[in-house]
Amino acid sequence: MTTSQQGNASQRKEAPPAVLVLEDGRTFRGRAYGAVGVTFGEAVFSTGMTGYQETLTDPSYHRQVVVMTAPHVGNTGVNDDDPESGRIWVAGYVVRDPARVPSNWRSRRSLDDELVAQGVVGISGIDTRALTRHLRERGAMRVGIFSGNALPDDGTMLAEVRQAPEMKGASLYEEVATKEAYVVPAIGEKKFTVAAVDLGIKGMTPHRMAERGIEVHVLPATATAEDVFAVAPDGVFFSNGPGDPATADGPVAVMREVLARSTPLFGICFGNQILGRALGFGTYKLKYGHRGINQPVQDRTTGKVEVTAHNHGFAVDAPLDRVSDTPYGRAEVSHVCLNDQVVEGLQLLDRPAFSVQYHPEAAAGPHDAAYLFDRFVSLMEGQRA
Amino acid sequence: MPKRSDIQSVLVIGSGPIVIGQAAEFDYSGTQACRVLKAEGLRVILVNSNPATIMTDPEIADATYVEPITPEFVEKIIAKERPDTLLPTLGGQTALNTAISMHEQGVLEKYGVELIGANVEAINKGEDRDLFKGVVEAVREKIGHGESARSVICHSMDDVIAGVDTLGGYPVVVRPSFTMGGAGSGFAHDEEELRRIAGQGLTLSPTTEVLLEESILGWKEYELELMRDKHDNVVVVCSIENFDPMGVHTGDSITVAPSMTLTDREYQRLRDIGIAIIREVGVDTGGCNIQFAVNPDDGRIIVIEMNPRVSRSSALASKATGFPIAKIAAKLAVGYTLDEIPNDITEKTPASFEPTLDYVVVKAPRFAFEKFPSADSTLTTTMKSVGEAMAIGRNFTEALQKALRSLERKGSQFTFVGEPGDKAELLREAVRPTDGRINSVMQAIRAGATPEEVFESTKIDPWFVDQLFLIKEIADELAAADKLDPSLLALAKRHGFSDVQIGEIRGLREDVVREVRHALGVRPVYKTVDTCAAEFAAKTPYFYSSYDEESEVAPRTKPAVIILGSGPNRIGQGIEFDYSCVHASFALSDAGYETVMVNCNPETVSTDYDTSDRLYFEPLTLEDVLEIVHAESLAGPLAGVIVQLGGQTPLGLAQALKDNGVPVVGTSPEAIHAAEDRGAFGQVLAEAGLPAPKHGTATTFAGAKAIADEIGYPVLVRPSYVLGGRGMEIVYDETRLASYIAESTEISPSRPVLVDRFLDDAIEIDVDALYDGQELYLGGVMEHIEEAGIHSGDSACALPPITLGGFDIKRLRASTEAIAKGVGVRGLINIQFAMAGDILYVLEANPRASRTVPFTSKATAVPLAKAAARISLGATVAELRAEGLLPANGDGGTLPLDAPISVKEAVMPWSRFRDIHGRGVDTVLGPEMRSTGEVMGIDSMFGTAYAKSQAGAYGPLPTKGRAFISVANRDKRSMIFPARELVAHGFELLATSGTAEVLRRNGINAAVVRKQSEGEGPNGEKTIVQLIHEGEVDLIVNTPYGTGGRLDGYDIRTAAVARSVPCLTTVQALAAAVQGIDALNHGDVGVRSLQEHAEHLTAARD
Repeated sequence: MTTSQQGNASQRKEAPPAVLVLEDGRTFRGRAYGAVGVTFGEAVFSTGMTGYQETLTDPSYHRQVVVMTAPHVGNTGVNDDDPESGRIWVAGYVVRDPARVPSNWRSRRSLDDELVAQGVVGISGIDTRALTRHLRERGAMRVGIFSGNALPDDGTMLAEVRQAPEMKGASLYEEVATKEAYVVPAIGEKKFTVAAVDLGIKGMTPHRMAERGIEVHVLPATATAEDVFAVAPDGVFFSNGPGDPATADGPVAVMREVLARSTPLFGICFGNQILGRALGFGTYKLKYGHRGINQPVQDRTTGKVEVTAHNHGFAVDAPLDRVSDTPYGRAEVSHVCLNDQVVEGLQLLDRPAFSVQYHPEAAAGPHDAAYLFDRFVSLMEGQRA
Repeated sequence: MPKRSDIQSVLVIGSGPIVIGQAAEFDYSGTQACRVLKAEGLRVILVNSNPATIMTDPEIADATYVEPITPEFVEKIIAKERPDTLLPTLGGQTALNTAISMHEQGVLEKYGVELIGANVEAINKGEDRDLFKGVVEAVREKIGHGESARSVICHSMDDVIAGVDTLGGYPVVVRPSFTMGGAGSGFAHDEEELRRIAGQGLTLSPTTEVLLEESILGWKEYELELMRDKHDNVVVVCSIENFDPMGVHTGDSITVAPSMTLTDREYQRLRDIGIAIIREVGVDTGGCNIQFAVNPDDGRIIVIEMNPRVSRSSALASKATGFPIAKIAAKLAVGYTLDEIPNDITEKTPASFEPTLDYVVVKAPRFAFEKFPSADSTLTTTMKSVGEAMAIGRNFTEALQKALRSLERKGSQFTFVGEPGDKAELLREAVRPTDGRINSVMQAIRAGATPEEVFESTKIDPWFVDQLFLIKEIADELAAADKLDPSLLALAKRHGFSDVQIGEIRGLREDVVREVRHALGVRPVYKTVDTCAAEFAAKTPYFYSSYDEESEVAPRTKPAVIILGSGPNRIGQGIEFDYSCVHASFALSDAGYETVMVNCNPETVSTDYDTSDRLYFEPLTLEDVLEIVHAESLAGPLAGVIVQLGGQTPLGLAQALKDNGVPVVGTSPEAIHAAEDRGAFGQVLAEAGLPAPKHGTATTFAGAKAIADEIGYPVLVRPSYVLGGRGMEIVYDETRLASYIAESTEISPSRPVLVDRFLDDAIEIDVDALYDGQELYLGGVMEHIEEAGIHSGDSACALPPITLGGFDIKRLRASTEAIAKGVGVRGLINIQFAMAGDILYVLEANPRASRTVPFTSKATAVPLAKAAARISLGATVAELRAEGLLPANGDGGTLPLDAPISVKEAVMPWSRFRDIHGRGVDTVLGPEMRSTGEVMGIDSMFGTAYAKSQAGAYGPLPTKGRAFISVANRDKRSMIFPARELVAHGFELLATSGTAEVLRRNGINAAVVRKQSEGEGPNGEKTIVQLIHEGEVDLIVNTPYGTGGRLDGYDIRTAAVARSVPCLTTVQALAAAVQGIDALNHGDVGVRSLQEHAEHLTAARD
């Protein structure tokens, strides 16, 4: 570790020391990155090599401390086009080699400055691979980052980490969702109206719909079925979001009404878990989740494999080997992750509803799954016809 | 859907000899593919003329044809083997071109051979510039992104001037249409330049046409490696960013994986375009490589080109990510889909994903401009490097510094002491891309250049520039610190500083720095390349070092042998050494050892994670090797380190390793010294009563002159301590001796010049042998075709020797044994002899695997390197004979009379280089090695074998037509008989006046042609150079003499290279060629696999 006070010949500036403490007691010592201070959250790692701006601003990362496995972060600086929401949501940020100089024609400022401006506490210079391997073997767990020149002793820090709330059982979507409804207009000719229940929606999602002629009415997480149908939607969308899906009773109830009325329905991520629950399946917490933009998902209807963006710590517990009977007719697992056979998509066979656990809006990530938005459009067309 | 069941056999075409731009990476790819196909139960038939490859090892394919890769020979193989399918995408451009040509000739159809891995239409769409432009256009219409560089076709100067506006202003590229080798093209920065270049271009072009293209010089350059299966699943295996911006061939650029300066949106756009292109081109199964240029000012993307096949970049990408592209491509070709293929590294996840890296990979090119002093060293879009090193680090600075020290070139590492030089001058220097430009940039930074100034000069991305500043700032801290404390040392190591560099900065010896570092507990850890950034557990121990916290080296119980590889390919140390290392790994694994490979060359089989039990992708410096030895010593028992097989690189570390307590097995460092040191070796020879040519050493001209006077001219002079004959020259008189000494920069009191008697007219002989301390196994005796004085690496040779008798072999055997014993060899030794008159002189001995080991092994069907590795660890020749690794009786000196004859021919890189005026470089062979690769011709007759070697190396020998002969005086006598033979075969002879006169006196008719210096005749008689350019000459014999002849022949030989006319530069080669032509004219030349040859040989031995 580089903990020295540096010689005077250097133009190099060293940030104050920082310590990352895991709830099982393992610690990593590095340097402060971004804001100096203290933060807590659930330690998770993301394996994407590009797209840190999108990751930082993804509301699904609320209350998580994100470890970047890619060593160099911040190289392209920060621009005003790529954020997925109005602010950085991660609770803390862990990188190995932050950029000193951003370089990109769209860059407006450095990531370091952005993190400071938004008060995000981070740590740099630690063995992120060792930390990742630890999380892989022991599972996601609580973590604290402490930075500054006067750090508490190890025992105190560990005790504080252990007092932080756990992710399991955490209801977070209301904290990140919009408080007021708003409309994202269709690009070009308007063909459909969709009511999108915001549980932590990413900016790219309504944009992908708008590109297809959909006017998107983004509604607060607390929206009732009445609120949803008040916009006379051709389809209803349930977004991604943070926290434990087992806590999302409200959205589950709304979705059941949508299903009962056979309005075309599409869910992403948290939305997939809500559909799972609405259909009567359980959800469970994965050991260390899927977070990255290289995950192979097979569309079981076509056999094709798509490389996809993931960010989920929970998954739906549905049988892979058979069609299930649900209160809304037959349902099946439509998509599966080839790495570990986790359920990545559900579809109803008798009603126009489907969802995926991963991110077809792909920001960051590959565009392989963009066809799912077309599938949603087809459902809405089918319903009209 | 699983493998296709309708395929039983497959023909794989290799890439032939190592040449610039097509090197060892195709051995790596081809070997992987052949193994996979064989494992799938297919009969694998392989053709590759390059013996120095693992893929041509008899156990890799079912039928291995070391035959020329020409449509004629490949057709013969098809006719004999009748394969169901042909896989053409793994042998570079050679394989692709051969396959296409056979398709066009209807050969594939005739024999019902199906092309797999790529279809003809897709190959054409990817390779043809115009068709590819159409592909890019179609992609743009579909997805709205990607375009080709804008261009306009002009037929007049008015068109040209108007065209500039269409393209958006200067600079522009001017490319005249239909000129040879891009003649007349150039960059125009203003109207004056444009008028000059385009004016010339319009004149040069036979169609008065120039293409004006927008300049993308200085843009960022990227590559993507993609794979597609028959279900249209596509993955991007790797993104590569070039440190050097557009304008430098990617093979000559420092490149970085993954891309460092793209946002996700920009990266995904490249990915979208790449996927759309692979679909549009129609690569059904397999890999392809697509290159992009990105405008740093606005992100505009231009698609430069694609290769619809496995490439150098795909080999690099495979090593960089752990995703074996060639292996997967082979599986896709026989019907699998990506999701059906497991990821080897994790074993649990499928190959239908995109690798993600938690480290940085840097590749740096290795050049050989010192071998071609007249060649222009500016880097352009024509590839000039001969090899490359790759390094892995946890950050860019670490990877970059490791890559630079992996190059093993004086001055390749950054230096931070001494005066950097003048800032303005350094920045000016940095404008021109060259080998080592990055070092000039570092010096400019030391001289006070700002990041903006560096960017202005080089257009290197500001993020990379800042990384260089970071390195420089750490060097400053190292220099300024009161002492080396742990945190400062750790910081320096984390950014890749070597102990040597730190020592230089601190004024300490390397070993002192190391001692301090170890005392302070600052040591590297080893991380795993796992394709997934630790998301899943890796089962394959593919390691790189880093100064991080946690090491992943697992304990083991079996004794390990560490094999040191040979580093980046260079002239004189190429793929042959990798071959030996790989063989050692296989043999020792079979013998129950855990094998540990260390190498930094991404092109090789040795750095395939499959080859050894453990792979350390690390530089081969003392520091890096000692740390690996330390890590492996902690992991379990260590049987030893093998330094004998990787060439001079590991051999040079032997003594230092031993001094550091490392168990070096095989020939001891002391024995190595006894062979390498002239004095000690002289002692060995004297004790054995063996003669060496008279010689002496001198540090001044007076000293050298005194020696030369005593031993007589010509003399062979060379600096001491050099490799590959660097700076070696035959000096015929005192004048040249004086200028040689004056010109040589390598001579100093501590580095004297060696002056040897040059044995004119001697036959040179190479011997490879094994020695276990008791018994000698003579591996093979090779007789050179060119006389002594031409570097053995550049000389053609025959095995068994074609003019040596039993008595000679007996003497060679006795001498070899005496030297092996005297030196103290345990393993392989290579000795070069010269037979002059009746005296057998010893020229030199190398106590290691030589360049010829793979050739000898294949020619005699005995795995010498495997045996050497075993002997190193204590096995005896007798034991190996009993085991069956060596033949039960007899050896390479007692081959049966009807054993096949193998001819090795060297392949030269002449066509790659031009001088600063754009003229070719001279092609004369000399004592300095300049060949990049080799081929083997094998047949029952010498003539046929020689003809095959020529066909494999340069294209078929002509069997009729016009031969031009011009030889030096000393060669005139020996030219007469072969010239008469040429006439007998119906050749028409052309000769310069002197040679023609000698021929006529001997009753041979030869038309006199004008020399280039004489110019065109009064009646328009053409000069020989004009005739060659006009394609009027089919064979050229031109031997140079001393310095005078060199200049006369220069234009002839460069014209021969330009027109690809066979050009023989020695009379010995002429004599051999005549035998070859004779063989070609008499009856059919057949093909035979190595397995058939071996069966025949084994039967004859018993």
